[in-house]
Amino acid sequence: MDKDFARRRRRELIVAFCLAAVAALVPLFVKDVYVQNVMVLTLMYAALSQSWNILSGYCGQISLGHALYFGLGAYTTALLFTKFGVLPWFGMLAGGVLSALIAMALGYPCFRLRGHYFVIATIVIAEIGLLLIQNWDWAGAALGIDIPVRGDSWLKFQFTRSKLPYFYFALALACVAWFVTWWLEDSKWGYWWRAVKDNPDAAESLGVVVFNSKMGAAAVSAFLVAVGGSFYAQFVSYIDPESVMGFQFSLLMALPAVLGGIGTLWGPVLGAVILIPLTELTRSFIGGSGRGVDLIVYGTLIVLISLALPRGLVSLFARPKFFWRKAAVR
Amino acid sequence: MTAETIIQSLASGLLMGLLYGLIAVGLALIFGLMDVVNFAHGEFLMIAMYATFFLFAFFAIDPLLSAPLVAAALFVFGAVVYLLIVRFAVRAKANAGMVQIFSTFGLAIVMRGLAQFFFTPDYRSVTNSWLGGKTISVGGIFLPEPQLVGALVSIAAFAGLYFFIHRTDFGRALEATREDAGAVALVGIDKNRVFALGWGLGAALVGLAGAIMAIFFYVYPDVGASFALIAYVTVALGGFGSVFGAFAGGIIVGLVEATTALILPPSLKSVGIYAVYLLVVFVRPRGLFGSM
Repeated sequence: MDKDFARRRRRELIVAFCLAAVAALVPLFVKDVYVQNVMVLTLMYAALSQSWNILSGYCGQISLGHALYFGLGAYTTALLFTKFGVLPWFGMLAGGVLSALIAMALGYPCFRLRGHYFVIATIVIAEIGLLLIQNWDWAGAALGIDIPVRGDSWLKFQFTRSKLPYFYFALALACVAWFVTWWLEDSKWGYWWRAVKDNPDAAESLGVVVFNSKMGAAAVSAFLVAVGGSFYAQFVSYIDPESVMGFQFSLLMALPAVLGGIGTLWGPVLGAVILIPLTELTRSFIGGSGRGVDLIVYGTLIVLISLALPRGLVSLFARPKFFWRKAAVR
Repeated sequence: MTAETIIQSLASGLLMGLLYGLIAVGLALIFGLMDVVNFAHGEFLMIAMYATFFLFAFFAIDPLLSAPLVAAALFVFGAVVYLLIVRFAVRAKANAGMVQIFSTFGLAIVMRGLAQFFFTPDYRSVTNSWLGGKTISVGGIFLPEPQLVGALVSIAAFAGLYFFIHRTDFGRALEATREDAGAVALVGIDKNRVFALGWGLGAALVGLAGAIMAIFFYVYPDVGASFALIAYVTVALGGFGSVFGAFAGGIIVGLVEATTALILPPSLKSVGIYAVYLLVVFVRPRGLFGSM
């Protein structure tokens, strides 16, 4: 059993490596800028959803307010760069650390809440953040921030001529988020989180420090999402409160994991690879005139998948052979 | 800021709060019945507002007269949503909470898309209705008539609901089912029927609210989203599942919103509501009237 488990873990790592290698080669053959753009977004959402999944999937604390951390990352980077000339790389780090700290500060009172009270608290807090930024003149208020373009350079993390650098950064971010999840899955924390998710009271009685493990999950999750936000600010070079901190973003971050398989290693990746291209395609080919067809397709998909496959799309890949072997061991 | 402006805005806050209570009570009813939060509640409000608008635009039926029709239509709609979607969502064997949240969320997105598709994203409004734009002066305080009537309808609806839950067979079946759905099945009550009727009733109440709202508020595909969050906060403030908690929650939300608008710039008026929600649940994690 243990050997099987170790083999499976190693196999996951190999599969991930192969997938990443293949993904890295794709833009060498696909030169179309629109398609490359969709690929960047897909990788970014895979990374975001993977990070969201750490707190909401593994630890079971469903947050629909993660746009707050995304926006904090984007705004910290953009403000430090435009107001003080701080390079985006430091801004990224600063945004990540700030978000992790804020996540813990907010977690302190919020993690006492359960179920829907917690979910609504996360929505409400992100909404307060959005309203405050919208009314903060120094940070551009509702108009947002235009990040001045100073030419292509890795130092300033700006590229006007090619999308490739963004693609590789997004790929790296998705890989990091995946690897962190993979690593945490089999760590002390990973087991604590699943115990907390299944039954917090039982976990507590068995010596799991429920509160601290939630705080840990929140900090890791918020840090990674904020890095994603910093990346997004550089990628689109223009941010405004609604587009980086709006509720829509919290939802978009959660959906790949939910549809792919919440609390699973591959769910967010699978969900993002299917959902994001589909959304972008419906938006540009049928929904272009703002007639809402993209919403209809998207929403129908959410209803059908969540009803038909409550464990997410990954459950389609659970091979019968594996179940059979597990049964034989038992 | 004179005493008069304060009383004036508190009075309109109170009226609006009673309406918030009416918007939210359907959500509380459904949650109390079967522990499901309907994340498409705002969209239920939206279609009720559209129904009112079209009845007015095409058949010149005043919102006050069409309110019962809209409520009846929403009753059917709510029951159908239960039978087609929610019935299956509550049976989910894995990730039950997640499935409930996202199946109703998905429905909300579809409804918003359909509204955009059929009704376009334009802002519409009911013009020249009986009450629209009229105010009444009570002891020097001006009250907008639509909100005043809305508040009275809300009080009447809550009174009716109280009578209904405590005095009728269906109300008792509702109460019994929320206590113990399994035991109810043993005495021969069809759980699914009670749930479907519960969803119908919850939707009818928000339909009533939508008909009133359409008198004085713009109708557009995303209108539900702005009121949905207020409705969740209202319900959570009162304590999920407590129908009369929603009444109290609505009044608190209305008064807090009015007070915040006096102190902070108008664009920040929702911050007060959200802050009060957080304060209340941090002190009482099950809301004001929720069972601990």
